[in-house]
Amino acid sequence: MSGFTKGIETEHVGILVIGGGPAGLAAAVAAKKAGISDILIIERDRMLGGILNQCIHNGFGLHTFREELTGPEYAARFMKQAKELEIPYLLNTMVLSIDRDRRVAIMGRDCGLKTITADAVILAMGCRERPRGALSIPGTRPAGIYTAGTAQRLMNIEGFPIGRRVVILGSGDIGLIMARRLTLEGAKVLTVAELMPYSGGLKRNIVQCLNDYQIPLMLSHTVVNIHGRERVEDVTIAEVDEKRTPIPGTEVRYECDTLLLSCGLLPENELTRTLGASMCGVTGGANVDDLLQTDIPGVFACGNVLHVHDLVDYVSEEATLAGENAAAYLKGEVAARSEGIGITADGGVRYTVPQRIDPLSMRNEVTVRFRVADVYRDKTIAVYRGKTRLFARKTRVLAPGEMEQVKLDRKMLEGLTKDEGLRVTLED
Amino acid sequence: MAEKKELTCINCPLGCALTVTIDQNEITVTGNTCPRGEAYGKKEVTDPTRIVTSTVPVDGGDIARVPVKTASDIPKGKIFAVMESIHAVRVQAPVHIGDVVVKDAAGTGVDVVAARDVSVA
Repeated sequence: MSGFTKGIETEHVGILVIGGGPAGLAAAVAAKKAGISDILIIERDRMLGGILNQCIHNGFGLHTFREELTGPEYAARFMKQAKELEIPYLLNTMVLSIDRDRRVAIMGRDCGLKTITADAVILAMGCRERPRGALSIPGTRPAGIYTAGTAQRLMNIEGFPIGRRVVILGSGDIGLIMARRLTLEGAKVLTVAELMPYSGGLKRNIVQCLNDYQIPLMLSHTVVNIHGRERVEDVTIAEVDEKRTPIPGTEVRYECDTLLLSCGLLPENELTRTLGASMCGVTGGANVDDLLQTDIPGVFACGNVLHVHDLVDYVSEEATLAGENAAAYLKGEVAARSEGIGITADGGVRYTVPQRIDPLSMRNEVTVRFRVADVYRDKTIAVYRGKTRLFARKTRVLAPGEMEQVKLDRKMLEGLTKDEGLRVTLED
Repeated sequence: MAEKKELTCINCPLGCALTVTIDQNEITVTGNTCPRGEAYGKKEVTDPTRIVTSTVPVDGGDIARVPVKTASDIPKGKIFAVMESIHAVRVQAPVHIGDVVVKDAAGTGVDVVAARDVSVA
C-alpha cells in the first residue's frame, strides 16, 4: 500500500528520501516547507515511523514539543505533517543501490523493480543492532537469543511473548527499556550484565527501568557461555578485568530461557558504502560537511545512519537541517563549496559531526555534535581555532552514552584557514 | 527515628547520589548539586509517580497490538495494579490516538489511553 499512487509513476524526483523513520520524515517535511514540491520517501517496512513504532515508552519530544510523548505519538506528529503536506511515500519498498549520478534502484510489492533519478538524495536509513555473531559469545545456538530491539518489535508490534526468565547482556537504552517492559508483562529479569565499567544507557533509564524494579546491573561482567539445545537453558556470566578479559573463578550460571543483547547500534550504511561516499571510521556513518552533505554532491545524511543518537529530538533537528539544505541545494542557493576545513577531535572527544566545515558558505550557526571516549568529571569542552580558544564550557560529568554539542558562530570562523585548523577537545 | 534513603537523581547526566533523610515531618536532601535534585528527592520519598506504558491486543486492526499509556503519571505503588487492568482488555479497530482504553485504571483516577491510530485491516 502506498500513500499517494502518483508517487509510483514518478521516474524523476527532486528529493528522494531513503527511510521513513523520524529522520526521513523530518527531512521530507522540512524540504517540502522549503518549497520543494516533488519529494518521495522510500520505506521498507509496512508503515512509516521507523523504530518509534516499537518504542512504546514515554520520554520522547521533551525538547521538540515540550511534552513527554511515547514513540508512536512522536512519530504521529511528523506523519500528520507529512500527510498535510501531501508528501508521497512508498511502503514495503527497498532501495537496492544508488550511484554517483543519484540513480536509485528500488524494489517493492507495488512498484516492482525500477530506477528513479533524483536531484538530491537524503540518506535516513537509521541503524541496526550489533548481533550475536559480532559479539563472539561461545556456547550453543538455541532459540531464545534476541537482540533487544528485535524482542521489542516482536512484543510491542507483532504481539509475541518473549520469555519468562531473562538475562540481558549490555546496558544500552533498548536493553534497559526491555528489562522494565518484560518485568511489567510478568517475566523475571534476573540481571543486566555490562562489559564496561559504566553503563552505555541514559541515567534516567537505569533508575526508572532497573532500580524501580530491583533489577541488578552488573558492571564489568559479560556472558561467557550459553547453554541449551532447543531453547536457552542457562547462561554463564563472569566478571572481567580492566582489559575486559573474563576472570577465571568468577563464573556464575543463571538459569533462564531468554538472553537479550543490547550491545550497541551500527549505522546501516551498505548503500552509502556502495555509493562510494567517504566514511567515518568512528561513527560508522558518512563524513559530512556543515550542510550534512556527504562528499558526493547532492547526497545528504541525517539521523542514526549518520551517527547513533540517544534522543530522537536531536534526530529531528538534524534531519530538518538536512531537508532544508537539500532544498537549498536544489534551488541553487548553496554556493560552490570548498572541500572545507576538517574538525579535529581529540583529548577524549571521539568524533564530531559534521566532520568538516566550510567557513565561506556555512550558515550563521552550526551545531557540532560529538561523543566522548570515557566517563570524565570536571572537564571543560573547548574549541580551538589554531591556538585561539573560541569557546569553552565547563562540565561536571561527561559520559560516552550521552551525546554532547557545541554551537559555532559564523563570525568566529571568518577567514579560517586550513593551517589554523579547528579542534574540539576536552581539558582540565 | 530518622529514616534514610539513597537515590540517584535523573534530572541530568550528572546523576547525583542523593541521600534523603525523613525525620518526622522534616525531609532533607543531601548530595544534590542543584535545586532540581532536592525537588526530585523529596518527591521520590513522598509521592513517587510514573507514566505506565504497555500494549493491548486489537481485533480487526492493521496491526496486532496498540500501544497505550496512562494519560498522566500514577503513584509508583500502583504500577502493577494498573498493568493488571491493562492486561484485562482487548479493543476493536479502528482505534484513534487518545481513545480511552481503560477508564480510571486501578482506582487511580487516571485513564489508560491509546498512543496511536489503528485502522481496520
